[in-house]
Amino acid sequence: GQPVRLYVKGALVGYKGSKVNQYHHTSLVKVQGLADSKDGDFYLGKRVAYVYKGKNSKRNPRTGEQSNLRVIWGRVTRTHGRSGVVRAKFRSNLPPKSLGGTVRIMLY
Amino acid sequence: THTEEEENKMARQRNREIVPGVNRFSRSQMYKRSGRKYLKNKKETPKTEKPVRKASRFYSVDNISKPLKAVHVHKPTALRRSIRPGTVLIVLTGPYRGNHVVFLKQLESGLLLVTGPYAFNGVPLRRINQVHVIATSTKVDISGVSLDSVKDELFIKPKTKAPKKKTEAGFFKNEQKKEKTGVSDEFKKLQKEVDSKIVAAAKKTDSLLPAYLRSKFSLSKGQYPHLMNF
Repeated sequence: GQPVRLYVKGALVGYKGSKVNQYHHTSLVKVQGLADSKDGDFYLGKRVAYVYKGKNSKRNPRTGEQSNLRVIWGRVTRTHGRSGVVRAKFRSNLPPKSLGGTVRIMLY
Repeated sequence: THTEEEENKMARQRNREIVPGVNRFSRSQMYKRSGRKYLKNKKETPKTEKPVRKASRFYSVDNISKPLKAVHVHKPTALRRSIRPGTVLIVLTGPYRGNHVVFLKQLESGLLLVTGPYAFNGVPLRRINQVHVIATSTKVDISGVSLDSVKDELFIKPKTKAPKKKTEAGFFKNEQKKEKTGVSDEFKKLQKEVDSKIVAAAKKTDSLLPAYLRSKFSLSKGQYPHLMNF
């Protein structure tokens, strides 16, 4: 039937960093519609997917289909600041080209 | 961290050891508590058979360490307070994602047993993990439905081992062997049995409930789950 969206969109704002360093193991995600860290508690622990396309189509191990789409899974670990940004850690660090891109925050 | 046996024993004991050598209740206090004070024949003691311990014939020289007793008791996952029999759930993963389904009961494995009902949205009797579900506040009265026969075993398909050798003759043989594993008639019967009552209950609860169960949940622009009441 009609496709359903069961995730919240988020923008990859950058990596966790300090004045002089960047820590690529943690990405920062601006969750759409989230204005403060209090509401951000809803998303703690929720799974996050960074979906991207590769040049070669690969076989999806679960469905068996060939697809260009690839995913890097992660989870929301904690809120970041007071304006609706959230920290997320992925199974492998996100590549720099993901910055500014969209990420899917699932509801589970 | 105690076995059931140990717990029962502890529950029956009137006294307990605070520190080795120091008990909670003194001898005179125990005399009163055990009821010995009120016994007519105070010399009588309850007869307990002590197990006769035979001296063992073999003592090992080496210190053989025994593995610790496994005291783990399997309990199904704690069910969220928002999920109760009859609650309408939103499925988040799997082929039926977005569908509204009716929660029936929690199976022994901890998984939730749900049904569409099949007539409404094509979701059959199915198991789903609590984690992959959002509970809504909508409820259907399923008190009339008997679910005792539905258990985990019903959903576990026996694994058919793929043959290892690939010979030409075997190749053709396998093509013949592949049977379509559809849904058994018993399962369909069970589905109908369970669903008929839920469909009736849904229509009774609210005139819009059948349409609600037929619909799918989806987020659209401007809708944010952290601002929603489900």
